[in-house]
Amino acid sequence: MPDSPRQQQTLISTGAVLLALLLALPVIVVVSYVFVPTGEIWSHLAATVLPDYIVNSLLLMLGVAIGTLLIGVSTGWLTSMCQFPGRGLFEWALLLPMAMPAYIIAYTYTGMLDFSGPVQTTLRELTGWGFGDYYFPDLRSIEGAAIMLTLVLYPYVYLLSRAAFLNQSICVLDASRTLGNGPWRTFLFVALPLARPAIIAGLSLALMETLADFGTVQYFGVSTFTTGIFRTWFGMGSAAAAAQLAAGLMCFVMILILVERYSRRRARYHHTSRRHQDIHRYSLRGMRAVAASGFCFGIVALGFLLPATQLLSWTVSVADQVLDARFMGLVTNSLELASYAAVLALLLALLLAYSQRLFPGKVLQGAVRLAGMGYAVPGPVIAVGVMIPFSFIDNSIDGWARSNFDISTGLMLSGTVVAVIFAYLTRFLGVSLQTVDSGLSKITPSMDEAGRSFGYGPLQILRQVHVPMLKGSLLTALLLVFVDVLKELPATLILRPFNFNTLAVRAYELASDERLAEAAPAALAIVAAGILPVILISWTITRTRRVAVTRDTP
Amino acid sequence: MTSQLTVTDLQINYAGTSILQHISFSLEAGEIACLVGPSGCGKTSLLRAIAGFEPISAGQIELRGRIVSGPDKTLPPEQRHIGMVFQDFALFPHLTVARNIAFGLRKMPRGQRRQRVDELLKLVEMQDARNHYPHQLSGGQQQRIALARAMAPRPDILMLDEPFSSMDSELREQLARDVRQLLRKDGITAILVTHDQNEAFAMADHIGVLGEGSLHQWGTGFDLYHRPADRFVADFIGQGVLLPGMIINDKQVRTELGIVTGDLEPGEATSPAKIVDLLLRPDDVIHVEDSHLQAEIVARAFRGAVYLYTLRLESGQKVLCLVQSHHQHEIGEMLGIRLEADHLPVFRRHTSPAT
Repeated sequence: MPDSPRQQQTLISTGAVLLALLLALPVIVVVSYVFVPTGEIWSHLAATVLPDYIVNSLLLMLGVAIGTLLIGVSTGWLTSMCQFPGRGLFEWALLLPMAMPAYIIAYTYTGMLDFSGPVQTTLRELTGWGFGDYYFPDLRSIEGAAIMLTLVLYPYVYLLSRAAFLNQSICVLDASRTLGNGPWRTFLFVALPLARPAIIAGLSLALMETLADFGTVQYFGVSTFTTGIFRTWFGMGSAAAAAQLAAGLMCFVMILILVERYSRRRARYHHTSRRHQDIHRYSLRGMRAVAASGFCFGIVALGFLLPATQLLSWTVSVADQVLDARFMGLVTNSLELASYAAVLALLLALLLAYSQRLFPGKVLQGAVRLAGMGYAVPGPVIAVGVMIPFSFIDNSIDGWARSNFDISTGLMLSGTVVAVIFAYLTRFLGVSLQTVDSGLSKITPSMDEAGRSFGYGPLQILRQVHVPMLKGSLLTALLLVFVDVLKELPATLILRPFNFNTLAVRAYELASDERLAEAAPAALAIVAAGILPVILISWTITRTRRVAVTRDTP
Repeated sequence: MTSQLTVTDLQINYAGTSILQHISFSLEAGEIACLVGPSGCGKTSLLRAIAGFEPISAGQIELRGRIVSGPDKTLPPEQRHIGMVFQDFALFPHLTVARNIAFGLRKMPRGQRRQRVDELLKLVEMQDARNHYPHQLSGGQQQRIALARAMAPRPDILMLDEPFSSMDSELREQLARDVRQLLRKDGITAILVTHDQNEAFAMADHIGVLGEGSLHQWGTGFDLYHRPADRFVADFIGQGVLLPGMIINDKQVRTELGIVTGDLEPGEATSPAKIVDLLLRPDDVIHVEDSHLQAEIVARAFRGAVYLYTLRLESGQKVLCLVQSHHQHEIGEMLGIRLEADHLPVFRRHTSPAT
C-alpha cells in the first residue's frame, strides 16, 4: 500500500495512462501493421483491388463533400440569417436526418425506387410503359451511395456553419454593407470566408463518417476500404492484410482529423468581436419565402420524412409476422449491449477525466487523447484492431493450458460479447470523454477551493458541487453512447459471437437478402432511438439569443 | 449650400412603441457632431437609421440633399456612400490590414487602390502593419485600422458608434483627440455616438443630447454646460446641484446663499418673482477662507489637482465645490464659500417635490 501522497499520485496517474493505452490498443495495433510484411497477399491486393478502393473512396468523398456543402451551408444560412415561414421548425427539423443511419436510408430508398417499388410502379401506371421501355437511374451505384450519405451527413455541416453564422459579429456584416457591398456580395466575401473554418470542420466530420461507412457501400456493391477490410478478413482470412488495409484507411482519416483540428484552431481567430449584437434577420417575402420554406422542407422530407414513412408502412405490413419473441430477443440484445457500453464508457471517462484534473501531466494527456481518438476510427478498423490482439491472447492461453493441463480453454475473449463491448468502448469513449470534459471544465478549480474554504472535505465537495453540476453532462454522455452503440453496424458484424444478433445486424442481414419489408421494424427501432440525441442537440441549439427581424430584404 | 446631413422630424417605432420622436438637426460639410445620452436613449438606433440599417416611421433623412430615408423608403446602406466605425471595430478577421482597408475600394483601379491604402496607413501611422491580421493588433491599433477602412472610400459622412468604449479610460481622451485630428486633416464630416460626455467635448463641434427618445438640445459643449435647455441636460452634462431661488430680474436670483448675479439662462419661460431652481456647477462655488458663508463638508473626492467637496448648507441643501488640492479640509469642517457664476441656468420649479 502506498503511504505517501506522492506515491499515491504516481500510482493513480500510471494506472490511468495504462488504462488509456489499453483502450487505444486497437488503433495502435492497426497502425503498427504498416510495418509488418505480409508478402504476397498485400502485393496481390495492391495490384488488383487497392486502386479501386482508393478511387472509390475519393469519389465518394468528393460527392459527399459537394452535396453536404451545398445543403449544409445553404440551410445553415437560411435558418440563421433569414426569416421565412416555418424557420423555427426547420431549425431543428433539419437535424432529423442525423437519426437515420446511412445503411438504413440506403436500403429504404432502394426499396422505394426499385422496379417493383412505389415510384416506378406509379410511373408505369401513369404512362403505360412496361419493363425496358424507359430509363431509370440505378441507385446502387457510387453516385447513389454519395447521395444517400449526403442526405444523412449534411447536418454536420449544417450545425457547424449555422453556429458560425450566428456567432460572427453582425457588425462585420454591417461593416461590409456600409463599404458598398449588397447582401449577396456580403455573404460571398465576408460571411462565407468567416464561416469557412467551421464549415470545413463540419465537412471533415461528414467525410470521416463517409470513410467509416460500411453498410451503404456494401449494400450498393461499391468497393471501398471498409468493404475491402471485411472481405479480406472473412474471404481471405488474412488478418495482416486486413490490418494493412485498415492502416491505409487510417491515413485518410488522419488527414481529415488534422484538417479538422487545424480548422477549429483557425476558427478561434475568426472572431474579432467581443460584443454580439442581436441578429437582424432578413425577412424574406413572396416567392423567396416560399422557395426557402420549400427547400428546407424538401431536404427534411428526403432525409427523414419519406424514408421514415416508408419504414413505418413496411413495419405495419409485416408487423404480425416479424414482431415475435425473436424480435424481442434482438431488442434485448441491443439494449443490453448499449447499456453496458454506455455505463462503462461513462465510468472510464470519469476516471480518466478526474485523473487528468487531479494530476495533470503531458503523458497522461497524450494517452487520454489517443484513447479518445477512436471516434474517428471506422468500425471495421477497430474490429480488426480488437480481433488481432484478442485472438493472440486466446491462443496463447489456450496453448499454455493445453501443454500444462491438457485442456482447451477455447476462445475466452475473441468471439465473445467482451470483444464487442471492448470495441464499442474504444470507438465511443471519445464521445463520453468529451461530454464529461466539457461538463467538468465548468467547475473551476476556484469552486473547489471555495468549498474547501468553507470547511468541506473533498468527498463533500464531490457530492455537493460536482455531482449536481455534472449531472446533465453525465446523462448526455450516457445517452449519446447508448444511441451510437444501437446504430453501430460493422464492428458488431465482425466481432459478434456466433448466432448473436442485434437490431442493426439483423436489419442489415435482412436488407442484404432483399427482405426489405421484414428489415423495417428493426430499422425503425434504431431510427426512433436515434431521434433522442437529435432532440437533445436541437434543445441546446435553439436556446440561442434573442433575434430581431428587420424589414430589408436581400 | 445644402447640408451634408439633414434629419427632419424623424421618428422610429419599434414593435409598436416609439423609441425616437421629433428628431431634427443638420450637419454642414466638415463638421463633427456627437450624440450623447444615457444607454437606452435611442442614440444607436438613430445612427443606424442614418446608416440605413433601421427603417424610420416618420420624417426623413437627407444625405447631401438626397432623401435616403422616409416612412416608406429605406435606401440600403451600401448605396448611401457612408462610412461606419463600429463599437467592436468589426474588422474582417480573414483579411490582412491592407485588404481590410481596401475592402471598400473595389471599384477603384488597382494602382489607385494601392495608393489610397498606403495613404491611409500613413495617416493612421500603421505602415508596418499592412500585412498583419486583425488578431495580431492591439485594441488601439484595431481602432485605427477600423477608422482607416471607413475613411478609405471618402464617404460623404463618417459614423462612429461608441468607438472608444472598449478602451482604457486613460487612452480614450488621447484617442478621441487623435481621431479628431485625423478627421480634420481629411476634412471629413462625422457623427459620433457616445455615452461619455468627455469624449463628446473632446471630439465634437456640435453635441446633441438624447434622452428618452427625444433630442433635448443641439449645441456646442459650452452651451450644453452653461446654457442647458432643460433639467435633463443640466442633470446629464457635467456635475452640479439645483438650488431653489427666486428671480429678481434678468441678472439676479435670490437664494439661500444670498443674491447671485450673472446672465440669466432660462431653460423654460420665466419671469420675475417666479420660484425657480438654479443650476450651480462645482466651479461656480469658490472657496474663500474668511467668507461669511460657511458650509459643512460632508464628503470629499480627490481628483488630483482639485478636491471635489460636497457641502451641506444650513437648510440641509447640498452644493458642490472644487478646491485646489493643496488645501486639505477634513469631513465635518466648515468651509468658507462664495458664489461666482457668469451663467445662471434656471428651471421652473416643479410642483411635485419628488424631482
